[in-house]
Amino acid sequence: MSVARTLRIGWLYPTKMNIYGDRGNVIVLSQRAAWRGIEPHVIELDIDDAIPSDIDVFFFGGGQDQEQIAVSRDLAGKKGEILQSAIENGAAALTVCGGYQLFGKVYRPHDAEPLPGIGIFDAETEAGGERFIGNVVAESQWGELIGFENHSGLTWLGSGAEPMGRIVHGRGNNGTDGTEGAKYRNAVGCYLHGSILPKNPTLADWLIARGLEYRGQDPELVPLADDLEQRAHRQAVGRARSERRDEPNRSMFSRIAAYAPIPRS
Amino acid sequence: MVPRSPLGSVRRAASIGASKAALAALRRTGRGGGTAAPGLLALQIDPEVVSRIAERLSDGAVVVAGTNGKTTTSRMIADIIEASGRTVIHNRSGSNLARGVAATFIEHASLSGEPDAQMAVIESDEAALPEILRLVKPRLVVLNNLFRDQLDRYGELNTVGTRWKAAFGRLPPTTCLLVDVDDPTLATITAGLDAPRTTFGLRIPEHTLDELPHAADAAICRKCGADLTYRELYLGHLGDWLCTSCGYQRPALDVTGSAVRLDGMASLTMSVEGNGQAIRDVTVHVPGIYNAYNVTAAVAAAFALRIDPATIRSALENFRSPFGRAERVRWQGREISIALVKNPVGFNEVLRTITGGGSELAAPTLIVINDEFADGRDVSWLWDVDFEMLAAGTLPIATAGMRGADMANRLKYAGVEESRLMPLDGPIDQALTTFLQRTSDSKDVSILPTYTAMLAVREILGNAGAVERFWEE
Repeated sequence: MSVARTLRIGWLYPTKMNIYGDRGNVIVLSQRAAWRGIEPHVIELDIDDAIPSDIDVFFFGGGQDQEQIAVSRDLAGKKGEILQSAIENGAAALTVCGGYQLFGKVYRPHDAEPLPGIGIFDAETEAGGERFIGNVVAESQWGELIGFENHSGLTWLGSGAEPMGRIVHGRGNNGTDGTEGAKYRNAVGCYLHGSILPKNPTLADWLIARGLEYRGQDPELVPLADDLEQRAHRQAVGRARSERRDEPNRSMFSRIAAYAPIPRS
Repeated sequence: MVPRSPLGSVRRAASIGASKAALAALRRTGRGGGTAAPGLLALQIDPEVVSRIAERLSDGAVVVAGTNGKTTTSRMIADIIEASGRTVIHNRSGSNLARGVAATFIEHASLSGEPDAQMAVIESDEAALPEILRLVKPRLVVLNNLFRDQLDRYGELNTVGTRWKAAFGRLPPTTCLLVDVDDPTLATITAGLDAPRTTFGLRIPEHTLDELPHAADAAICRKCGADLTYRELYLGHLGDWLCTSCGYQRPALDVTGSAVRLDGMASLTMSVEGNGQAIRDVTVHVPGIYNAYNVTAAVAAAFALRIDPATIRSALENFRSPFGRAERVRWQGREISIALVKNPVGFNEVLRTITGGGSELAAPTLIVINDEFADGRDVSWLWDVDFEMLAAGTLPIATAGMRGADMANRLKYAGVEESRLMPLDGPIDQALTTFLQRTSDSKDVSILPTYTAMLAVREILGNAGAVERFWEE
């Protein structure tokens, strides 16, 4: 064996931007590193905290409007530039929902000032009239991804960003062009909660490997027994496939059925 | 006032008659409680049918809302009122959307809209609260707490808070708000209204948490945006809070719950005092700190309704948990504890209780996770629950339900050894049988189901004669 490896995970705004259980992603990155003898360090980066230069992989989740405004303000200027150059140099990152939007160029609300992002993704988001809520299946370079979307922002990618995946089931970036998320260098952004990494371990391992590589460590990862992960993945995809396309606006009767006891068999 | 035009009374009778017929038909076909469809039908024929019945209640109505504990609290209040000799209409089977409330009123009204009781105690869903307040026009509104719960249904927490605040602004001065101000969001959105406010909360320094749990919401000052700190933190984001930046803090408590002693999953003993009245050392057969909040809310409501302490005490001592919330069932020689889990804070409190304050699991446990509409279709919330509490110990943990595999995976990442995990596929009755067989050397077991999973578990146990069917309660 070579020298002991470490994985430094920078968790952006852990208290302000953590509304949909997205901390599961941080747990998965840490555990999958630890199970391979790679020592994980989680560094929480809150408002006014400086961003250290030795972060391997960033995680940035979603928050409520009030928090997202405070975070956007905190990222303006120096802090945003440091993040930008880390990604430019090959640091890995996973951003979800609000974090994904702030990694783009701008978020335009209906009735308030535009919220500037840090422009890592060539993407713009505008407030939409409808909330996309439901399971999502997308095809990607990491295989089939499964997650749960819950957003009203519509994100449009420019020519400088590629989508993270193509929608198989669900609405995706904007409900129109069939794309989900964005990818630029080793940074990935998307609308997928669930959390996304526990049921998509291929993506988790890719982020760990890219992070290790970034600071010159061996990116080789021994395979893990992912039986439970695959089982959860298959079950969730099955649930997605059983949904009708117009979910969650289901008929009155299926909603009533959800409240009624199951019939005796 | 609703005008009593001839057309109005025809509509009312048509609406009540049609939905009474629908209710009866659903009961006959064995579809259970069946409160939603008839209620919806009634509201379509006469949107004001609830107001027309509610305004005739001689002693008025109480509405109870909040993410956690509204079913238990409203049932405690209904029991106390009944013990005081008054008759009560109560939406008992968790039908807490506007249509369920409509069905409840209609079931308890004559065709002319005369209610068959003196008071109503109505539990309201968070999203439905503004509509239910408008329809029921209660004399008392009890607000327990506001946690993240089923975000896929409601959007975000702030959205619910904003809609509630607007609805409270429309309440007349004849409606009194009873508010758990240990919740900073509730304290903020109920300040400075026309409607008078009575505050309640806990003072239990002996049960203070060291740090904010991962599931905590609203840890931000709603006045200045700085981070809130807590002199004492009891549960989720509930406690004696303070903004060190602008000085905003928990308002003074009018009614205080204190001296809480917990006896595992069996019961708690506590005191509640305020407004010149006190009930000391009452033992209630509900577990956990979360139920200390429910007891305090119920007693505060009873004080507001001027019910005497002796009556309150005896109603609480005779109280039994609502279906599936936290009940113990004897079946095939086994003691089964069932506790409903529906959001991170509630789940954390159940884990705190079944591990005896976080040491280790006391009985083999089956966790059943469904993702139907009523459960919350997004299972992300499982990652906000501190399952790391279960990593110590040796007893098996089984998982089942539509998203049981997500649950098993969550436990793996929480550090629970895979040899303790028992992921069970297939329908819940099969999973339950397998679980009980494989844990046959333990007399006590726990089942932690989400809402629709709890209905399924109770149906199975009900068919076996172990519990009553819930709509018959």
